[in-house]
Amino acid sequence: MKILVCLSKAPDTTSKVAFTDNDSKFLEDKVTWIVNPYDEWYALVRALELKETLGGTVTTISVGGADYEPIIRKAFAIGADDGVRIDLVANDASVVAEQIAAYAQDKGFDLILCGKETIDYNGSQVGSLLSAALDLPYISLATKLTINGTLAEVDREIEGGKEICEVSLPALISCQKGMAEARIPNMKGIMAARTKPLQVVAPVESASLTEVVKFELPAAKKGCHYLTADQMDELVRLLHEEAKVI
Amino acid sequence: MSSILVFIESQNNQIKKASLEALTYARAHANAANTSVFALADGHLSSEVLSQLGQYGADKIITLTDDRLNNFDSKAYAYMIAEVAKTNACDVVVISYNICGKAIAGRVAKLLNAGLVAGAIDTPDTSNGFVVKKGVFSGKAFAYVRINTNNKVIALTPNAYKTEACPKAGAIEAGNLNVPAEQFSVKVKDTQRSSGKIPLTEAELVVSGGRGLKGPENWGMLEETAQLLNAATACSRAVADVHWRPHEEHVGQTGITIRPNLYIAVGISGAIQHLAGVNQSKTIVVINTDKEAPFFSAADYGIVGDAFEVVPKLNAAIKKFKGQ
Ligand SMILES: Cc1cc2nc3c(=O)[nH]c(=O)nc-3n(C[C@H](O)[C@H](O)[C@H](O)COP(=O)(O)OP(=O)(O)OC[C@H]3O[C@@H](n4cnc5c(N)ncnc54)[C@H](O)[C@@H]3O)c2cc1C
Ligand SMILES: Nc1ncnc2c1ncn2[C@@H]1O[C@H](COP(=O)(O)O)[C@@H](O)[C@H]1O
Repeated sequence: MKILVCLSKAPDTTSKVAFTDNDSKFLEDKVTWIVNPYDEWYALVRALELKETLGGTVTTISVGGADYEPIIRKAFAIGADDGVRIDLVANDASVVAEQIAAYAQDKGFDLILCGKETIDYNGSQVGSLLSAALDLPYISLATKLTINGTLAEVDREIEGGKEICEVSLPALISCQKGMAEARIPNMKGIMAARTKPLQVVAPVESASLTEVVKFELPAAKKGCHYLTADQMDELVRLLHEEAKVI
Repeated sequence: MSSILVFIESQNNQIKKASLEALTYARAHANAANTSVFALADGHLSSEVLSQLGQYGADKIITLTDDRLNNFDSKAYAYMIAEVAKTNACDVVVISYNICGKAIAGRVAKLLNAGLVAGAIDTPDTSNGFVVKKGVFSGKAFAYVRINTNNKVIALTPNAYKTEACPKAGAIEAGNLNVPAEQFSVKVKDTQRSSGKIPLTEAELVVSGGRGLKGPENWGMLEETAQLLNAATACSRAVADVHWRPHEEHVGQTGITIRPNLYIAVGISGAIQHLAGVNQSKTIVVINTDKEAPFFSAADYGIVGDAFEVVPKLNAAIKKFKGQ
């Protein structure tokens, strides 16, 4: 089983969101970067579990600059065998997908896993774009994945429930909660991470199809209107007449 | 003259609200850009149901009747949408950014060499290029994204754009696309839906509970609130983790993101990871014993008080309001 896991970095949720250069750029000064939680907790860990039962390798792939190094090493510490970094700072999901596709197309991966979404731009698009670029079956928002010979059996989220599906490998699957339990790297993993191979690959030519012209922060809330437990009639009136939501 | 194509999702012979929102959105853009709107829908729908699409602004309704499409398959669906867009000279495709839309938007975009905005919340501004507003950083900011390609795909965030009737001809035309067998890649073996429940992502009103409710046996009063308001129920991760509530109710950074008109949070502290999933709600009501609970800073209305006292009083007030 040759598994590829798409690994993205993301700002820690507690990071302050602020912009610079006329609100055209995300201010990264005080941001702590983490491995995108969906990629780490679900895609990577499930890939490792599959490798542990079926044998094979788990390779990570990231499209990004040198600051990706600690992110990839963390994945190594958790258990990935090796990693690829495509040396390009991309800000368009289609570029990320093109780059990963160019690398993965002739490497014979049986399974490609990505996360549900990155928590910064919340696109949930790289998986869908990549599946088209590689012409692979794509199951998104998977909560369970087992491999049965050349078939992947997958539970996926649907509105108000779930669906149990089957696809032939190779396939691409986006992972979310339910898929696996997060793992914490142990000392042995952390030591081994330093020497695992991290290959840096030059990007292929690809064009951005979109660009962010401007960021904007939401208007500040006008403050909380406090009521007491005995003013529930008043609350209902406010929700009806002022907020107009009921 | 190129047109706009809207992909219409349906279930149980009903058009999804999210798709009517996408249609309303496309109509608004078409009116501004002086072009027409085509809706692509399942040919199994009755003509009465399909006529609703004309009511909401479709100039033409293209139907495809293919039993193989009864099961959702992102590859086959994306192929179908892209092909219909091509044959009908549509350069803008609008779909809902719901569960199905998340799986297909990128695929459709790739097949059409189109730039994509996933999670749009407002109609395109075409005064300087084609710029669409979307939410980023888990609701903590917005981005204005310019699409630089001729073809464009917009995936519209559910509950971000209000449906509005705008009657148009809505002529029904059976499409003649035959999706090749190799486009079908997913076999659906079983579908399990909690029946009778409003899907959380589509709900306009949501009542949500946290650890402050002390145990699963205390959810009865919240379910009553939800029932009185015709709302969906949700919960914090802490609650789903200890199995007081089913996982599909878990909202937040690692759960579902919602943007209902009203979010009532009972006994939830308002941790940043929870807020990430709900802070785009139009109106937030917080009920919490702790006046320092962080949720109050995100609230529009707040009650510092014990849920076990406040919620029954709220339910009584709603009953009175609804005249029961
Ligand atoms: C990486 C990461 C991701 C996470 N993702 C999510 C996520 O997606 N969603 C999520 O919800 N959480 C998430 N969390 C967890 C989050 O940080 C909080 O721990 C969690 O939201 C707390 O749940 P809670 O508010 O129900 O419980 P608590 O924090 O225990 O709060 C209970 C609240 O109830 C109040 N209370 C107590 N008794 C009463 C009463 N009788 N009446 C009224 N109020 C009462 C208390 O004052 C308190 O504010 C995540 C955490 C991490 C680290
Ligand atoms: N720069 C990147 N490098 C590698 N994988 C990525 C990158 N960006 C996104 N991904 C993968 O695609 C998934 C969805 O990302 P997104 O479309 O940005 O929400 C993430 O969870 C990752 O698995």
